Amino acid sequence: MKRSAIALLAGSLLAVSFAAIAGPGGIEGVEKQPVNFSAIAMFMIFVIATLGITKWAAAQTKSTADFYTAGGGITGFQNGLAIAGDYMSAATLLGLTSMVYFKGFDGFIYAVCFFIGWPIILFLIAERLRNLGKFTFADIASYRLDQNRIRTFAAVGSLTVVCFYLIVQMVGAGQLIQLLFGLEYNYAVVVVGVLMMVYVTFGGMTATTWVQIIKACLLLGGGITLMLLTLSKFGWSVDTLFAKAVESHKAGEKIMVPGSLMADPISAFSLSLGLVFGTAGLPHIMMRFFTVPNAKEARKSVFYATGFIGLFFLVTIILGAGAITIVGTNPSFFEGGQVGGKLIGGGNMPVMHLAKAVGGDIFLGFLSAVAFATILAVVSGLALAGASAISHDLYARVIKKGQASSSDELRVTRFASVGLGITAIALGIAFKDQNVLFLVALAFGVASSVNFPVLILSMYWKGLTTRGALWGGIAGLVSSVGLVVLSPAVWVKVLGNAKPIFPYDHPAIISMTLAFFVTWLMSVTDKSARAAKEAEAYEEQYIRAQTGLGAAGAHDH
Amino acid sequence: MSQSSVQAKIRSNPKFAELVAKRTRFAIVLSFVVLVPYYTFMFLVSMHPQIFAAKLSEGGVLTIGWPIAALLVIGGWLLTGVYVSRANGEFDRLNQEILKEAHK
Repeated sequence: MKRSAIALLAGSLLAVSFAAIAGPGGIEGVEKQPVNFSAIAMFMIFVIATLGITKWAAAQTKSTADFYTAGGGITGFQNGLAIAGDYMSAATLLGLTSMVYFKGFDGFIYAVCFFIGWPIILFLIAERLRNLGKFTFADIASYRLDQNRIRTFAAVGSLTVVCFYLIVQMVGAGQLIQLLFGLEYNYAVVVVGVLMMVYVTFGGMTATTWVQIIKACLLLGGGITLMLLTLSKFGWSVDTLFAKAVESHKAGEKIMVPGSLMADPISAFSLSLGLVFGTAGLPHIMMRFFTVPNAKEARKSVFYATGFIGLFFLVTIILGAGAITIVGTNPSFFEGGQVGGKLIGGGNMPVMHLAKAVGGDIFLGFLSAVAFATILAVVSGLALAGASAISHDLYARVIKKGQASSSDELRVTRFASVGLGITAIALGIAFKDQNVLFLVALAFGVASSVNFPVLILSMYWKGLTTRGALWGGIAGLVSSVGLVVLSPAVWVKVLGNAKPIFPYDHPAIISMTLAFFVTWLMSVTDKSARAAKEAEAYEEQYIRAQTGLGAAGAHDH
Repeated sequence: MSQSSVQAKIRSNPKFAELVAKRTRFAIVLSFVVLVPYYTFMFLVSMHPQIFAAKLSEGGVLTIGWPIAALLVIGGWLLTGVYVSRANGEFDRLNQEILKEAHK
């Protein structure tokens, strides 16, 4: 039945793409590009290959452990690639290169901020996460605290981050695919949503992991190839590349030094807090640590992931700097052929134009297909994390008090994946043409102010109580969402007010501090009998966190 | 043997105290080695951006900011390697001994 369902879905997807090609509106809208057949062909190869993997993964997925964690049988190297695949989104490739293209060195600073959380995750979180958790981050947050309230709250925190991030990815997918493939926005959103549902519903973590791995290899391979092609245009000299970039850029030598982006120290600090510690609070990233058999492999995964992510960031910096000369001086990439005017397709396009300039239409098609695959992989990871929060945390643990049968839980998780897919499609269409950048601030704000404090304190602080975790979580949630609403990105740009009430786009400096403070205050003043019991239970949790004694095994069936 | 007696044995094993102390200190030291240069960098970038304007070589365009930023990324990665090699070697051996002795 599964096989025929997948075949049917694959067929309908093909139909959707062809309908999009044949459909009307090929030239409407200024930003729309002509239909790119080589890109679509290469993307179809990716889709067929990943659907084949999904079919294989579906046969392996028998228990809940298979579904949530691929049975815990992923190696450290594979998981490292998959984590990198989860973290390197299409927005990273397009956004970072375009930032370097326009702002020079400021783009590099941004990349460093996105990177630096990884070593910290390894030193402070990775092995304890692996030793204590089973399927979700709520397993750890609620390890010795009240199962109903803390688990519910942690699940809500996960779902909030997942939803904000999903909207960003869906809207990005729609815009990008419209640009690169010449497909209608709505078709693109539906294709992404449906494929994501197929991968997650049938293939669970096994399929999602392999989609991530393939995508990470394609993205790294594509990026490095493009970098080599670019360097060959500058006689293989990085010095020449930058010298030409300074010559070509209208800001001249200013692109080589820090500019306006980080000029306000408080704003820069708030941004870096949110990015560094928010990364450690992303539910789809944390979930990946449960797919490896033990703490040893968990550590190795972060080592490999950090290497791949760092390498990718350094490659994007070179690409952005190379594009300044190659794209920035070529009239064919500007609207009306006016160099220095508006880039064809918008401000996120430098790396795509670069691909066309140095690799021709075929390479542009390849990179477009990679970008599409990238979005698909990231949304699949998000959907899986969201579905497990619903089925494992809310359904099996809170509603059924741990009495749900494995088959019931699997059924719920599949319904949840389909539900999330439909929600993602609906939100993607609803947010069409909206500026969704503030949702990134929201996702990282909530991750750093709601998920991260309860996670780190539950692992490191004996004194944490249910009351403290709950009040601290609420303080973090209300302040992070509230401050983003009052920030320039929403209060001014979305709601149209003249001046923001809160001056910074990223709330972490206030909301994360507040969350930690309230958690501490409400914990130390908690003199209830339950609080005493929770402190007592820390001992057992501590030994397990340190030694892995009693940690969830590799195979649960 | 009950789980709690295994735990009591681990707790009273001096090797456990040694493992936790060593590993915790190592993790905290490495975190500082990553975070102190990073936040110093962020502070200088926003307060004294002009120091990053110094040229790498006479007549070139590359400023010292670029290799410093690259070093933060590459150094951060190398430090994960340092942690993993010690944690997966020395610390894990100690951990195995502790678990073995507790189950005796």
